[in-house]
Amino acid sequence: MTLSHSHPTTPAEGTQTLGARLHGWAVTVDHKRLGILYVCFGLFFFVVAGIEAAIMRAQLAQAAGKVVDPATFNQLFTMHGTTMVFLVGMPILLGMGNYLIPLMVGARDMAFPRLNAFGLWLFVFGAGLLYYSYVGAQGLYGDSAAPDVGWFAYAPLTNKTFSRGNSTDYWILGIMVSGFGSITTAINLLTTILAMRCPGMTLMRMPLMGWMMLVVSVLVIIAIPVLTGAQIMLLLDRSLGMHFFDTQNGGSSILWQHLFWFFGHPEVYILILPAFGFISEVIPVFSRKVIFGYPLMVAATVSIGFISLGVWAHHMFAIGMPPALNAFFAASTFLIAVPTGIKIFNWIGTMVGGRIIFATPMLFATAFVAMFIFGGLTGVMLAVVPFTWQLSDSYFVVGHFHYVLFGGTVFGIFSGFFYWFPKATGRMLSERLGKWFFWLLFAGFNLTFFPMHISGILGMPRRIYMYQPDRGLELWNMLSSIGVIIQAIAIVIFIWNVVVSLRKGRAAGDDPWNAWTLEWSTKSPPPEWNFDQVPTVGSARPLWDAKNPSDPDSHHERTA
Amino acid sequence: MRLWCAAIFLAVCSIGAADRSDAPSVVTPIVCAPVAQSATGMGSTENVNGGDLNIFHPVSPPAYEIRELAWLVFGISAVIFVVVEGVLVWSIIRFRSRDEEAGTPAGEPVQVFGSNPVELAWTIIPCIIVFVLSLATVRTIREVELEAPPAGALEVDVIGHQWWWEFQLAGAESDTRVVTANELVVPVGRPIWLTLRSADVIHSWWVPRLAGKTDVIPNHVNHTWFQAESIGTYLGQCAEYCGTQHANMLLRVRVVTGDEFIAWQVAQSRPPVDSASGVAGKALFLQLACMNCHAIDGVSTGSFGPNLTHLMSRETIGAGVAPLNPKTLRMWVDDPQNLKEGCNMPSLKLDSAQLDAVVAYLLTLK
Amino acid sequence: MWRPSRGKVGMICLIAAESCIFLTFVVAYLFYIGKSATGPQPAVLGLGLVIVNSIALFSSSFTVVAAVRALQRGQQSVCWRWLAATICLGAFFVCGTGFEWNGLMHEHTLYPSTNLFGTTFYSLVGLHLFHVIVGLMLLSTVLVLGLTGCVKSRHAHAFDLVSWYWHFVDAVWVVVFVTVYVIGR
Repeated sequence: MTLSHSHPTTPAEGTQTLGARLHGWAVTVDHKRLGILYVCFGLFFFVVAGIEAAIMRAQLAQAAGKVVDPATFNQLFTMHGTTMVFLVGMPILLGMGNYLIPLMVGARDMAFPRLNAFGLWLFVFGAGLLYYSYVGAQGLYGDSAAPDVGWFAYAPLTNKTFSRGNSTDYWILGIMVSGFGSITTAINLLTTILAMRCPGMTLMRMPLMGWMMLVVSVLVIIAIPVLTGAQIMLLLDRSLGMHFFDTQNGGSSILWQHLFWFFGHPEVYILILPAFGFISEVIPVFSRKVIFGYPLMVAATVSIGFISLGVWAHHMFAIGMPPALNAFFAASTFLIAVPTGIKIFNWIGTMVGGRIIFATPMLFATAFVAMFIFGGLTGVMLAVVPFTWQLSDSYFVVGHFHYVLFGGTVFGIFSGFFYWFPKATGRMLSERLGKWFFWLLFAGFNLTFFPMHISGILGMPRRIYMYQPDRGLELWNMLSSIGVIIQAIAIVIFIWNVVVSLRKGRAAGDDPWNAWTLEWSTKSPPPEWNFDQVPTVGSARPLWDAKNPSDPDSHHERTA
Repeated sequence: MRLWCAAIFLAVCSIGAADRSDAPSVVTPIVCAPVAQSATGMGSTENVNGGDLNIFHPVSPPAYEIRELAWLVFGISAVIFVVVEGVLVWSIIRFRSRDEEAGTPAGEPVQVFGSNPVELAWTIIPCIIVFVLSLATVRTIREVELEAPPAGALEVDVIGHQWWWEFQLAGAESDTRVVTANELVVPVGRPIWLTLRSADVIHSWWVPRLAGKTDVIPNHVNHTWFQAESIGTYLGQCAEYCGTQHANMLLRVRVVTGDEFIAWQVAQSRPPVDSASGVAGKALFLQLACMNCHAIDGVSTGSFGPNLTHLMSRETIGAGVAPLNPKTLRMWVDDPQNLKEGCNMPSLKLDSAQLDAVVAYLLTLK
Repeated sequence: MWRPSRGKVGMICLIAAESCIFLTFVVAYLFYIGKSATGPQPAVLGLGLVIVNSIALFSSSFTVVAAVRALQRGQQSVCWRWLAATICLGAFFVCGTGFEWNGLMHEHTLYPSTNLFGTTFYSLVGLHLFHVIVGLMLLSTVLVLGLTGCVKSRHAHAFDLVSWYWHFVDAVWVVVFVTVYVIGR
């Protein structure tokens, strides 16, 4: 593959007025700019939700803390959970997919560029609606300002009787609108992956990230509409006096749980699979080895997608399901550990025998694997129904899912962020600051979330604005709160790193990591049309083939 | 990484050590605070809500079964954790590039695309492990999740309210019924069969040392059971987020000897005795809004708030926000929002004399 | 190398997502059959009108196929006629449903808030009705563009995709009909 070095020039950004530049960003349909906007909005809400978490940890640092009142605390954990899932995880992951997938599959843009822009602005509008509740939700009632029903909003707490004012309506509408955005993005990604691949790129020659985003898109298309449907029902209940979840009139609160978790569990995989994708790109490049067992990785991804649709009721082991159902959902949940384990083993198998370079992306990728093993194992424990009878809705569960969603997803995001930042901006992030950031975040993360497992075992339920003294909880909660301070310092370093590197970072060049996938074959940042010439590929690692013409991958392609 | 492993090891050891409560160790006081004495003397300032809620300290068969299973699961997970993290750490150390600073490494390592036998092995071994776990899980489900009350069980109706617990059980005579709140008194050694209902939103029954949690769901009847093996007070609290004061929806289960239980039942079944000190307060109780929400046998029938017939036999007030004594009672009646912000009982704005009278009346409800 | 057309993939994805929303409401309907303690029960539903309605909707699937075929063959004016017929049949369905609802509300006092039957009935049928209206808006757009001369036979592919959506709306009606008028009644 050859690259021409004479690009037709567009007006350089520096010569435009600020208004023209902002206008350019607002009306763009370029998948790269939209991807960057997604990530920026996502990181903004990451900070917002992090501040919410920090206030909660301040309240819980001591037994019977007095930092915020109970109503405020309940709003904080609702907004923290909702924001992290819908306004941080989804946009950053889908946004990075948006940026990377066309580049990785050798396309000039997404399949439906205008739909893509529509999806982004739907998300932004939905996010705005959710946070507008702090201003507008009081309505005429003067009741709670922000949603305070928990991120899974169990009926009938969401009923008009128990949730007066409009806060729950803002929760419904905000999430529903951003959900429409997610669905359009997923349709776009899926279509791009299936229909826009460059010549030679068969499905089995896609970067693994492509497979992960393919499965994620399918899950989004199946799962999010179920949440939307349930939310429509709830909205009808609240506004037209219908009775879907109105337990005073025969409605069922368990139906809401089934519908919510039928969305909610695939959602967990929607949040982790793209991170798996990032890791599957980073680990081979920094181990200088091809991914171990590509076909099995694909098979594992697809089976995770399937099985994840059949495990939802493991969130409901305490509702008194019959033993047979409990056993079924336990078994299906155990089963999903198998393909997940395969992935972990394959990543480690890739590292074994390699020549591992611990640049910041690889530090995060390795930490991802280490933390995900832990979060995965506590997940297996929670599939043991009787164990969950003790520990569901306790801090053990809070610890578990933060190991998966923070130690997993967020570490994966930062791994990908450090890896592709040079591609998106043309500048390297500082490695020195990056390492400080990594080690502080790693330490702070473990200090915050590991003690939560112990709090749970000692009988601390989640979502309580205060806990009783003399139950042995003080020490563990204090440790958790101290960890937050360390994480906050780490995040400040990260932001500083981004700000400084954007202006003064070392120039990256097209291929700073000596990598193998198509996005590194074009300029950094890529031109609006991505590739001067649509590439043709002969294997899953086209740049490896170009760099090692004597030993191209096509000689080693295995058929699954 | 190694530090982190050490931290896990320490934590597991501390839980393990605390588990053998007859063999005290250094870490025990941290993990398991001493069980608080029940507050017998009124005006006692000790924390009635302190105590041990460790799921690894069971005193009842369901909790005991779950602990046994939990150890098995912990054991298997610990082995997997050590092996996999060990291999990870080993590969980090062994295959770390030494010429990182020197720029690009000399050449690429051998490219290994995969290995069918190895991949097959790490597909099948996890399958076997999860199969074993499934069997163990199913076995414990069958032992813990009962479909019908065990023989000779004492049946108790539990009703969850925002944010307190109502208990109903048979009285001393066949046609009487004991209705009480937040504090369940049961005999030692006898199976207790709980029927769980909710008056409003979802709550969850959780007394960790007695049994796992079971949700308390409106429009849906659930059951759970326990059989306490030793006397004492066992603490728990609502475990499903149920609104503003979810954190203060505390549970106490007082396990007493069979004789004490019968005595308690007899006392609870008796109507309250009028006494001179309560006359003025009783009149106020009937005259003000109190009677709309609170029942007192022979006096009022409200059912929105806790039954007050034998209020002063309880150890706490406000579902556990404070120990029950004349001082806290007066504070509570004056303005419940001061003790439990956001609870459903409003302040009745009584003047000082009215307050004294009402509290004096309530103090007679023994 | 297998590389499907992006329009088809996109439309299939959209239909899949919509199906999941419908499935949610169908599940809720089935879940609540027979759970209404008071108020009108499903027996109040009449079959006569709804069968006429269904015939209209189902036949509109055939007319839209004829319209697509005509456009593919380049016979624009034939296409517009078939398309207009499709829109009329769809509009007939919408009016028929309105008529049915009017009867239910005024003769049987069945409102969405009356009981669980009212809740699930109006929401499921209403959700479908909403989709019929969206489909009609799409078809009308094609017709208006066609009559103003903007649609050529090279647009047959796009029109075909619109007709897929219309078929989907029809197919959903089969499910809704079976759920509400066969199983639920």
